[in-house]
Amino acid sequence: MTQERTAPAHEGAEPPAQAPLAGSGTPQGSGLAQQVLGSSVGRNLGLVVALLILCGVGIWTAGEQFASVDNALTILRLASVIGVVSVGMTFVITGGGIDLSVGAIVALSSVWSTTLATQTMAEDYHWSVIVLAALAVGTGCGLVNGLLVSYGKVVPFIATLAMLASARGLAEIISERRTQIVHVTDFTKFFRADVIGIPVLVIIFALVAVVGWVVLNRTTFGRRTFAVGGNPEAARLAGIDVRRHTVALYAIVGLCCGIAAVMLVARTTTGSSTHGTLYELDAIAAVVIGGTLLSGGRGTIVGTVLGVLIFTTLQNVFVQNDLSSSVQAVAKGLIIVAAVLLQQRLAARSNTGSS
Amino acid sequence: MSRPIKHPFRLVSGVAVAALLVLTGCTSNSPDSEASGDGGGGDTKAVSANDDPGDTVTIGFSGPAADHGWLAAINSSALAEAEKYDDIELKTAEGTNDPSQQISQVETFINDKVDAIVLLPTDGAALTDIAIEAMDAGIPVINVDREFSSPFAARATILGDNYGMGVSAGTYACQVIDEKGIEDPVIAEIAGIDALPLTQDRSKGFKDALKACGQTVDNRVAAEFTVESGEEQASNLLQAAPKIDILWNHDDDQGVGVKAALDNAGRDEMTFIGGAGSCNAMDWIRDGSMAATVIYPPTQAADGIKLARLIAQDKGLSDLVQVEVPKRIVLNAPVVTADNVDEYSDLCFES
Repeated sequence: MTQERTAPAHEGAEPPAQAPLAGSGTPQGSGLAQQVLGSSVGRNLGLVVALLILCGVGIWTAGEQFASVDNALTILRLASVIGVVSVGMTFVITGGGIDLSVGAIVALSSVWSTTLATQTMAEDYHWSVIVLAALAVGTGCGLVNGLLVSYGKVVPFIATLAMLASARGLAEIISERRTQIVHVTDFTKFFRADVIGIPVLVIIFALVAVVGWVVLNRTTFGRRTFAVGGNPEAARLAGIDVRRHTVALYAIVGLCCGIAAVMLVARTTTGSSTHGTLYELDAIAAVVIGGTLLSGGRGTIVGTVLGVLIFTTLQNVFVQNDLSSSVQAVAKGLIIVAAVLLQQRLAARSNTGSS
Repeated sequence: MSRPIKHPFRLVSGVAVAALLVLTGCTSNSPDSEASGDGGGGDTKAVSANDDPGDTVTIGFSGPAADHGWLAAINSSALAEAEKYDDIELKTAEGTNDPSQQISQVETFINDKVDAIVLLPTDGAALTDIAIEAMDAGIPVINVDREFSSPFAARATILGDNYGMGVSAGTYACQVIDEKGIEDPVIAEIAGIDALPLTQDRSKGFKDALKACGQTVDNRVAAEFTVESGEEQASNLLQAAPKIDILWNHDDDQGVGVKAALDNAGRDEMTFIGGAGSCNAMDWIRDGSMAATVIYPPTQAADGIKLARLIAQDKGLSDLVQVEVPKRIVLNAPVVTADNVDEYSDLCFES
């Protein structure tokens, strides 16, 4: 009993001390690939269990209405926008930062890409003008965040808080606080279509998640991200340009916000300064229950995706049962705690099992 | 992915400049659509001797931040109304959602000794004390939309009828059920922010009116008055209820999202009823994709300005026998359908 109780605490304290140069957060060396796989399954098992329990509750209480393919696709479609943002957030948190401005950047990108001028241009040339505008605005905001943090030496919390305020303000100024409806039908047609039954939005989410996983786990860039997040000083001494890397991380999360903005514009057929409200909290919650360390140095894309799915499924189950949003908020809090506790136990068990 | 970048600054600034070039072309929201009904709509109203210029009065106006189409219309129609009178000098405070900032705005009005204050409080209870202070200083306060918690805080109160909105929507729903002869109808409701009294009032009115014809709400979700939340909640709702007969959405701003979800799911079996009366809703009613919407007038603050002017000039409402402006005016919440949409479209607001 005592062993079980101390183990999670040990696990929680371990990575920041050991992770710096060891890579993906699994300390011991032998059979690296196997260990990475083994531990990530162990870590994510708690989340999978939580998701399965949720689905079980959904099927038990709402039956066929919950278990239908249509409903599953609805859940995935609703998860995809916040999912893309959360993948970006995983990078920045793994790299030891935080981005509070994601929701505001989504709003600004959505507004900028749907102004009358952009839409006229899109109608004259091609609907991809809207996409390019959103991606450029998102990446631009991310770059500003990154430059402020790494070269301006502003604490990430403050730099991105400033961006949160000013990006949403700018979105309000540009849109004059109006909802901007998209009239470029080719754009909405493309993003609201299905490919062999799967909505395009879900496919984009899947692509972003896969690319994110590969970059984080299978490239030098990914390994450097873990190093920078785990111990920036050690990373610098090891020859990594920490400042440049940090700029890149914030640019990535900005780009993800731009992609999410395009998806949201397609989903709602509008751009609006109210889009992306509180995305920062939803994304951070998903990333953290996914198992990424808030202090940096350890991160998992699979965990993040599962975290996003848990929250979206939760909402769906509640609506299926006609329960109020207040009850839903309480459940959301409980799930966060339960998932983290469960996950720590299972991770501890799988760690003692394999090493 | 890890290809070294030799000159990060040069790269970054290059990207920035390129982006700027693309984007500067995209910022402008040239006012092509500006002309359509921006609230106000004073042209349709009867003109009385009360509109003749009187003593010049200074009116202070403070309202919440216009982060929502309906609130934006509240502000713009109030300003437009004040423009029409040469004898009104309007002092407008910057819209805010922070009660303490709004309190200090009212304090400024009191210090400036304005002749009347028109106040749409961010929170009725929080602004009550300062309103009483203004009244004690001899400045009449006109309370708009969100009511103070004390009867001593306002000289006149003008409100939309949230409960009445629910009643109108529910009564219309009953009428549709009766006309179509629907047995055991599925009734769904998409509310606004549940914590707000106005949402609770609307839902209660809807429930009470449905009760009168023996019906209840089967599925209810709450959105947040934003397009995004409307789309999200509606998407889940449509899964929870595979067939819906009546759908009442409280707010036409979030209705844009609800409509997107309906279109995306290819669902048009239900009688779709809206709320507030945006120009989008009026367009949908015209093209048949929405059955009706219930008006919640965005011209309340404009009426508040008019009342403030009359009170400050010691005039009454000329259509009433009584010589004083009434203490309390509750605006009607009429149902707009394809039959009468042209009557109301002048008063619609852009969301």
